[in-house]
Amino acid sequence: MLRIISNIGRYSGMMWLVFSKPQKFKMFWKRFLDEIQLIGIESFPIVMLMSVFMGGVISLQTAANMDLPYLPAYTIGYITRSSTILEFSPTIISLILAGKVGSNVSSEIGMMRVTEQIDALEIMGVNSLNYLVLPKITAAVVFFPLLVTFSIGLSLVGGWLALLGSGLSSTDNYVFGLRSFFKVSDIIYALSKSVVFAYLIVSISSFYGYYTKGGAIDVGRSSTKAVVNSSVAILIANFFITQMFLLK
Amino acid sequence: MIEVKGVSKKFGEHLVLDNVSTNFEKGKVNLIIGSSGQGKSVLAKCIVGLHSVSSGQILYNGVDFCSMNEDAMRDIRKQIGMLFQGAALFDSMTVEENIAFPLQMFTKFTSGEQKKQVDYCLERVNLSGKNKLYPAECSGGMQKRVAIARAIVMNPNYLFCDEPNSGLDPKTSILIDELIKEITYDFKTTTIVITHDMNSVIEIGDNITFMHQGRNWWSGTKEEIIKTTNQEVIDFVYASKFMKQIKGKLNEI
Ligand SMILES: Nc1ncnc2c1ncn2[C@@H]1O[C@H](COP(=O)(O)OP(=O)(O)O)[C@@H](O)[C@H]1O
Ligand SMILES: [Mg+2]
Repeated sequence: MLRIISNIGRYSGMMWLVFSKPQKFKMFWKRFLDEIQLIGIESFPIVMLMSVFMGGVISLQTAANMDLPYLPAYTIGYITRSSTILEFSPTIISLILAGKVGSNVSSEIGMMRVTEQIDALEIMGVNSLNYLVLPKITAAVVFFPLLVTFSIGLSLVGGWLALLGSGLSSTDNYVFGLRSFFKVSDIIYALSKSVVFAYLIVSISSFYGYYTKGGAIDVGRSSTKAVVNSSVAILIANFFITQMFLLK
Repeated sequence: MIEVKGVSKKFGEHLVLDNVSTNFEKGKVNLIIGSSGQGKSVLAKCIVGLHSVSSGQILYNGVDFCSMNEDAMRDIRKQIGMLFQGAALFDSMTVEENIAFPLQMFTKFTSGEQKKQVDYCLERVNLSGKNKLYPAECSGGMQKRVAIARAIVMNPNYLFCDEPNSGLDPKTSILIDELIKEITYDFKTTTIVITHDMNSVIEIGDNITFMHQGRNWWSGTKEEIIKTTNQEVIDFVYASKFMKQIKGKLNEI
């Protein structure tokens, strides 16, 4: 318990240094573009794969369980859309990215710590937290909503393909369902969640990477802690955000 | 000139530095020697502010470094070049980008001026033309030299080298030692070198501080260290057979 409190204290202290003005904007911009590539663009394939199959499973499950005479035929499309937008795309995709991005961020920074590269930055007079972590957080916060939007689209396509393949529903009914009772606020909700999750994943993983002590084995350990703790943080945050959204 | 006054450093209950006082002179190679685990690296890291001190003062030209705020500390650090034990090159950058990094971060140099300064530093460390290599493609000795080039690119007033020739063959170590000596005399830097290599001590040591059990046990020049009667220093200096033979020869003369 004491450990958790002291970690939260250190985490807040770290964020204070992360969110200072970049010492040189040109360098920040260069780092930012690198991170967009690393955190954003390179995550597209896995998000694509996950989303198509996730959408397929959601629509099939819905179709199989909602096959009741008194439910309108567009139910499948409607439920697939809602659950994809509200939960599956923002939350599941973020959990997957917590694994991919989280381990990458924490091992990169952890390796820089144990090989004294962070000390080298500090000696030069660079604010190492700001230099290393701010571009990562910014890139993730900018790019996660894009990834999630992309994922929503692909999930719905995946759902449609699965229904076509299995013959459980017609394209017309599915598309009609997708368009029923559509609320823009749902999309805003999904994208806001992805921004929060992006921040949590990158900041928590940077924290474990930055405070790595020891050698290569410890870098691995930090990386595991980063993934586990950012996943837990996502689930807890998701609970509170959902509650806030529903109570509104 | 750097003065260390009564510096102690504790990690938890573990007292690593015990009331250390010593001076490091400008334009000289100041050595910190001693066997492993005696707190040499910790002392250096305290001096540059990577570790906070538990008590005592560190004066850069008479100004106390420990009581400065973060920004003032960064300004002093911009005058410091440091060579780390493992070179600590940024492995995502080429040799050239590594060396140019402080210039990009802190100067308004155009890319032409940067290139000129980088090439000058590379020439200094005998690595002309290796601009585009990545650290992983360089041998240990080359990495150390690139790290020296990066350390001197901003014309530092203070140069720190933590075991610059550990893990290098004798010939490369001598090259590195000579490089450090040259740079110190040419740029008039206050140079601090941590080592446990007796060869370096004889080669480049202007002033020597011997660390033992977290204290500055003995200090003097290289001439004095050969003749000292301090038992711990003798144990350190004459640990190898080779040095013992030299001592035998000296006694005969
Ligand atoms: N960050 C740290 N936290 C706790 N103890 C440390 C730390 N760094 C060094 N020490 C301890 O300080 C002592 C001196 O270490 P060091 O200065 O690295 O020795 P050396 O003289 O070989 O460079 C060792 O006992 C080491 O365990
Ligand atoms: Mg050491």
